[in-house]
Amino acid sequence: MANPKSIFEYAPAPESRSVVDIAPSYGLFIDGEFTEAADGKVFKSVSPSTEEVLSEVAQAGEADVDRAVKAARKAFEKWSALPGAERGKYLFRIARIIQERSRELAVLETLDNGKPIKETRDADLPLVAAHFFYYAGWADKLDHAGYGANPRPLGVAGQVIPWNFPLLMLAWKIAPALATGNTVVLKPAETTPLSALFFADICRQAGLPKGVVNILPGYGDAGAALTAHPDVNKVAFTGSTAVGKQIARTVAGTDKKLTLELGGKGANIVFDDAPIDQAVEGIVTGIFFNQGQVCCAGSRLLVQESIQDELLDSLKRRLATLRLGDPLDKNTDIGAINSAEQLARITALAETGEAEGAERWSAPCELPTSGYWFAPTLFTNVTQAHTVARDEIFGPVLSVLSFRTPEEAVAKANNTQYGLSAGIWTEKGSRILAVANKLRAGVVWANTFNKFDPTSPFGGYKESGFGREGGRHGLEAYLDV
Amino acid sequence: MSKESLGGSAAGATRLSVLKTYKLYVGGKFPRSESGRVYEVTDSKGKWLANAPLSSRKDARDAVVAARKAFGGWSGATAYNRGQILYRVAEMLEGRREQFVREVADAEGLSKSKAAAVVDATVDRWVWYAGWTDKITQVVGGANPVAGPFFNLSTPEPTGVVTVIAPQESSFLGLVSVVAPVIAAGNTAVVIASEKAPLPALSLGEVLATSDVPGGVVNVLSGNTRELALPLAAHQDVNGIDLAGADADLAKDLEIAAADNLKRVLRPQAVDTDADFTTPPGTHRLTTFLETKTVWHPTGSLGASGGSY
Repeated sequence: MANPKSIFEYAPAPESRSVVDIAPSYGLFIDGEFTEAADGKVFKSVSPSTEEVLSEVAQAGEADVDRAVKAARKAFEKWSALPGAERGKYLFRIARIIQERSRELAVLETLDNGKPIKETRDADLPLVAAHFFYYAGWADKLDHAGYGANPRPLGVAGQVIPWNFPLLMLAWKIAPALATGNTVVLKPAETTPLSALFFADICRQAGLPKGVVNILPGYGDAGAALTAHPDVNKVAFTGSTAVGKQIARTVAGTDKKLTLELGGKGANIVFDDAPIDQAVEGIVTGIFFNQGQVCCAGSRLLVQESIQDELLDSLKRRLATLRLGDPLDKNTDIGAINSAEQLARITALAETGEAEGAERWSAPCELPTSGYWFAPTLFTNVTQAHTVARDEIFGPVLSVLSFRTPEEAVAKANNTQYGLSAGIWTEKGSRILAVANKLRAGVVWANTFNKFDPTSPFGGYKESGFGREGGRHGLEAYLDV
Repeated sequence: MSKESLGGSAAGATRLSVLKTYKLYVGGKFPRSESGRVYEVTDSKGKWLANAPLSSRKDARDAVVAARKAFGGWSGATAYNRGQILYRVAEMLEGRREQFVREVADAEGLSKSKAAAVVDATVDRWVWYAGWTDKITQVVGGANPVAGPFFNLSTPEPTGVVTVIAPQESSFLGLVSVVAPVIAAGNTAVVIASEKAPLPALSLGEVLATSDVPGGVVNVLSGNTRELALPLAAHQDVNGIDLAGADADLAKDLEIAAADNLKRVLRPQAVDTDADFTTPPGTHRLTTFLETKTVWHPTGSLGASGGSY
């Protein structure tokens, strides 16, 4: 028999970089203009798969935050007074331009973030365009959204987003904010500022009035200044639970409306009657999509004891076939970790896992010599007390625990400070409904995982944050209701 | 101390009335404060009314334990069942109308007729929320038309254990206006009664105890608001906090403490400072302590022959 590995060898199939033109430097986008930071500071955005410097970007500080908030405040009066239908048309334009430029943006995102082109092309970008298209349609229908007649916008929204889905998180923040008549100041993450700056250009192409959208690349200090700014009416944050708590303290005692979308430690529960091959694909999607750098990742596998060995054998076989490497290659399954810092965090947590006695297995794959890489890894012999079962790793690391009864599965799934996502794999419909009903998580996937849609509210229970993004529910965060 | 004439007494002697010992309401029982402390409660003119328990942090923690224990059963009860129980509260309250008119008049310095209006409005508020239990799910939940072969459903679920700082001025209508929506939504509550006027709240415990409300669903503490509120705001097994009865300084401190485990915080609302709570309530207090759960189910396909209508 031929070596199966050689049968399934793939020739390189890189997506062309020529579709995107990255300038050597970018400014802050304030009041419709690209501008330098007040203190002239810049930082470099690096491609995590090669460590190549992609561009030099202005770094926002407190003075820039103030300038951007002033611009957003000035723009608010006219923007909020526009008929909803006109606001909606701007958003429809943006959605269409994103569709037109989606290949360019997908390549850009892959370069800046390190995630596979397969994902940016087939998941991130279609969802980004869909999100703007969805909220565009709400702009002139707010009277019918269930928040009373003529619900009013809040004012200036200060938004801070993470690096794992840079453009998608931007869409989740900006689309509902603009549809409801707010203006925004958005800070992208320091490791992935580029797609937000390209978005600024899309706003220009769409003819969006100046000051309605302001983009401030920068670090945590700029985010802190933005959330603390006295003239910001709404704070929306997606990121770590620790920073989310700090922001909650910052806005305490103010009138600022706050929504937080934070960490998770999602349980993916596989019952003994689950279709094993489908479940294996679901487990892989759950924890290795975007290198596991997903807040709703299914990072804890809860498998019924009777099928544990069979499932793990299948899973390991499948993991051995995952292709790790050049994110621009259309066959790549696993891209680069977003930054050296994140790689260090994942590495340290995996070492803790070993030190605490869990058994580590990593997929046999060769890691490129430059860039930030971590092989798909799973831990067995994990107890609920282990760090790898409790802390969010935010990387391609799966912790495997087992259970005997549905009650035990539910108890273990809920035994976490988080409550963002969960998965259930079983052929039995009533069991799906019974278990889903008991899980304390904002999103539950039955016989599927990591599905997203602009009409589907997303957000957490407990320390995974509060408020919902997406759907009719997502409007509430930006309305004075 | 009031002496009332003993009607029909041949001797014409006066009868010494039986005073009530006001106690906490925790886990369906009526304990004193574990601290053994009490404080004097007076009417608006300073006349002594009763000694109320001066609850301790330990009492607050015990109340959280009771509320957590009750959460599974209460949140798992059918919405229809919860609605009937809340309606039963209204029925029981109606029957004790005279007692509450007297207590509210004393507590808030109102005339008998004004106090009667407050009690009537309070009964009606229970009725309003009784009707909400089996409607809010349809109003705020529903199917989402995702672009794929999935049935996708969003459903509201109760947040968990909620601390309620009851309004300081509106000791009864205000109290019920903040407690009823919390439990109507399926949460369980730890309530800090108005500090200076806790007696209507403590008496409400007696009504709840005889209304089929399971023990622990509502727990009522009296005492120093700040002393009780701070540990409850920081408590890791409390999921939400309504700051209605907190002044601006305390509200800020509590919101900061609540960030430790990201409690859902309802800041003091404009309507609360109107103090009389006569404005018809909206759904805001119901939805603040509801989480939205969204479940995705693949719909699959019936194959070639089943694909068309």
